[in-house]
Amino acid sequence: MYRIVKKEDLAPNIKKFEIYAPLIAKKAKPGQFVMIRIDEKGERIPLTLVDASPEKGTITIAVLEAGKTTKKLNSMKEGDCIANVAGPLGIPAEIAHYGRVACVGGGVGIACIYPEVKAFKKAGNYVVSILGARTKEGLILKNEIKEFSDELYVATDDGSEGFHGFVHLLLKKLIEEGKKFDLVVAVGPVPMMKAVAGTTKPHGIKTIVSLNPIMVDGTGMCGSCRVEVGGKTKFACVDGPEFDAHQIDFDLLMIRNKRFVEEECLALNEYDKSCACQR
Amino acid sequence: MAKIREKKVPMPEQPPEERIKNFKEVPLGYTPEMAMEEASRCLQCKPRKGKEFPPCVEGCPVNVDIPGFIKAIKEGRFDDAIRIIKDKNSLPAITGRVCPYENQCEGACTLGKKNEPVGIGRLERFAADYERTRGLIIPEKPTPNGKKVAIIGSGPAGLTAAADLAKKGYDVTVFEALHEAGGVLVYGIPEFRLPKEIVKAEVEYIRSLGVKIMTDVVVGKTVTLEELLKEYDAIFIGTGAGLPNFMNIPGENLNGIYSANEFLTRLNLMRAYDFPNYDTPIKVGERVAVIGGGNVAMDCARWARRLGKKVYIVYRRTEAEMPARKEEIERAKEEGVEFLLLTAPTRYIGNEKGWVKQMECIKFELGEPDASGRRRPVPIKGSEFIMDIDTVVVAIGQSPNPLVPQTTPRLKTTKWGTIEVDEELRTSLEKVWAGGDIVRGDSTVILAMGDGRKASLSIDKYLSGNDKTWRTVTQ
Ligand SMILES: Cc1cc2nc3c(=O)[nH]c(=O)nc-3n(C[C@H](O)[C@H](O)[C@H](O)COP(=O)(O)OP(=O)(O)OC[C@H]3O[C@@H](n4cnc5c(N)ncnc54)[C@H](O)[C@@H]3O)c2cc1C
Ligand SMILES: Cc1cc2nc3c(=O)[nH]c(=O)nc-3n(C[C@H](O)[C@H](O)[C@H](O)COP(=O)(O)OP(=O)(O)OC[C@H]3O[C@@H](n4cnc5c(N)ncnc54)[C@H](O)[C@@H]3O)c2cc1C
Ligand code: FES
Repeated sequence: MYRIVKKEDLAPNIKKFEIYAPLIAKKAKPGQFVMIRIDEKGERIPLTLVDASPEKGTITIAVLEAGKTTKKLNSMKEGDCIANVAGPLGIPAEIAHYGRVACVGGGVGIACIYPEVKAFKKAGNYVVSILGARTKEGLILKNEIKEFSDELYVATDDGSEGFHGFVHLLLKKLIEEGKKFDLVVAVGPVPMMKAVAGTTKPHGIKTIVSLNPIMVDGTGMCGSCRVEVGGKTKFACVDGPEFDAHQIDFDLLMIRNKRFVEEECLALNEYDKSCACQR
Repeated sequence: MAKIREKKVPMPEQPPEERIKNFKEVPLGYTPEMAMEEASRCLQCKPRKGKEFPPCVEGCPVNVDIPGFIKAIKEGRFDDAIRIIKDKNSLPAITGRVCPYENQCEGACTLGKKNEPVGIGRLERFAADYERTRGLIIPEKPTPNGKKVAIIGSGPAGLTAAADLAKKGYDVTVFEALHEAGGVLVYGIPEFRLPKEIVKAEVEYIRSLGVKIMTDVVVGKTVTLEELLKEYDAIFIGTGAGLPNFMNIPGENLNGIYSANEFLTRLNLMRAYDFPNYDTPIKVGERVAVIGGGNVAMDCARWARRLGKKVYIVYRRTEAEMPARKEEIERAKEEGVEFLLLTAPTRYIGNEKGWVKQMECIKFELGEPDASGRRRPVPIKGSEFIMDIDTVVVAIGQSPNPLVPQTTPRLKTTKWGTIEVDEELRTSLEKVWAGGDIVRGDSTVILAMGDGRKASLSIDKYLSGNDKTWRTVTQ
């Protein structure tokens, strides 16, 4: 069992958890994730490692309510225990000195980009962080990210803060204004990562994204997470989750992520009903 | 002496039309009376000339004293029977269900030359179930010897090594990547062939011997083998062959196409058959094609029948070449699985939403025998045809789990990705042994257990003796 040491609201539908998992905390690297199973009947879901403290033995995750499991997780309290946490999984991000690095985060992906912002900065890069969300409430961890960024830009879909529009358009604007980037790293919803890839490709800027296919074990044993990169099938949990954005078949990923929509809706409805009954 | 029955005492089982409507075990097990009657068929053979054991015992990969335990059952001494079995086999309730007896003990049975062999598997299962329903007998704990052994992987190989070493006084910790111990026994073999309660009970028994089982530890990620080496006196790797193979034909990533491992893991380990009571979903359409002819393919096909679907086994050779056990093939047929033989898919065709809707297949004929002695399937030009299908399960085999070798550069592997070992299962790395599917590729529960036992003997010899020379590494 893994105890929730601390819980914090990042946005109305995004919560941050610190979980006691000392073995994972010792090993966690930017770009890696954990597989979490809340309870005996739970499914295994992947969540990115946002932070880790080997001293305290804790790991940090940020969870957006997307369906039953994430909703249930977000209703858990400090002191509650999670049945299983396994990790750190996936290949860590390739942190090196590239020069000028743009770190682009969309939605809960902002939390996922945070450890990379930190790491790229520590590796001596000039880091430009570009964050996007629907509304200004969604611009989570802005101050934390600012601390490690040489420049910070934000975009909101509704224009409530910063650039009015999608985050890839903000990136496009910055590139067109003459900002040079040696590397772009983007984490967020699939359409956003696809758009970022489309933005940087004509400029020949190396771009890395972190894919989020449906996973079961997270250790390379089932192939649920298969994605196509450069025409080849890869297992995102062991070969990724980060890949060269210009090689990815994003449309396939979007289709594969809809494999269980009907079942997911059913599960969420049943869960909401049971919550309503308890109230 | 009364004439011996020609056939085994029949085992009560759920009829096909009944069992495809539930997920419960198919054979129901012997009553004590049935077991004693079946046991009385045994001829109590002695070893043949030049052999150490009677034929059935020679046929058993772990040399259980079969005539001994059968005699005990015949005389109603059921506790003795289980004690005799457990002397060699720590997981009899499991092997009593899933062993390919026909190729092993029962295949060698003298009675089997003219009649049906003694139902050794059924009797083993009876003895194990008898013990379990009355509470497992826990042997006395030996005095700890102060030496620590790490076991990587909790499949039959790892669990057997763990149990054997714990019984000798070692301080044993098992590291398992998944959230439940048992390996293929929990994620692969279906509930209706091996109820998970039984695996749980066996795992509990092993815990009661003092073995610590740490789930959620992915060796190579959470800790590395090299780190474990600093803390433990010996390590046994039993990480299995869990990497699913695909055919790499067009359309294989369409929605509705699963690897056998994904299909079985969702259903067995994650209990998707009980969705939404359990959270993990599975989606199975109306017409299911299972590609392959092994036990794994039969398990997938039988699962799909229980979900109420039209199911085809698609296999490129004939039934005679199928690697699956005869019993499993028969059960699949009884349950209404259709066999499309001498056939294999060449590509999958999707609908506008990205779901598989059709499968193009090609027909084969059998040509000359290949290296395995089986006749080689040769595609027939122009025989392509298209069939409507909305779910596919690719069950064409697994490869060795690469995680531990990949993160342990000093560990030698073969060109097939299996870990290289010597006759005592010692790897190229001092203090590290390996066994089961990670060494053998695809094999069986009992052979994996046999490896666990063999390694435990070698580990004990190494750690308790004075001779600390490691194997002379070849190549
Ligand atoms: C490597 C990786 C890292 C991720 N990191 C984060 C993170 O840091 N924070 C965060 O909020 N989310 C993250 N996600 C997404 C998160 O795993 C899903 O939102 C979650 O699984 C949804 O489960 P649910 O039951 O709440 O929703 P559901 O209603 O079951 O599903 C909603 C959507 O989430 C996706 N999804 C469903 N089940 C899974 C599954 N088992 N694995 C992956 N995706 C699934 C599907 O696209 C689905 O349509 C990550 C995904 C991956 C693959
Ligand atoms: C569907 C199916 C049906 C089968 N039916 C039969 C049958 O009827 N009869 C029969 O005799 N055999 C059968 N087999 C074969 C048999 O199950 C295997 O040969 C046997 O389980 C191998 O045992 P093992 O201990 O080597 O590995 P496994 O049972 O594969 O166990 C390996 C364990 O190691 C864990 N692991 C892997 N990597 C790591 C890591 N890095 N860190 C920590 N843990 C790790 C895995 O999660 C797993 O739990 C079947 C196999 C399948 C897939
Ligand atoms: S999630 Fe099973 S292989 Fe990646």
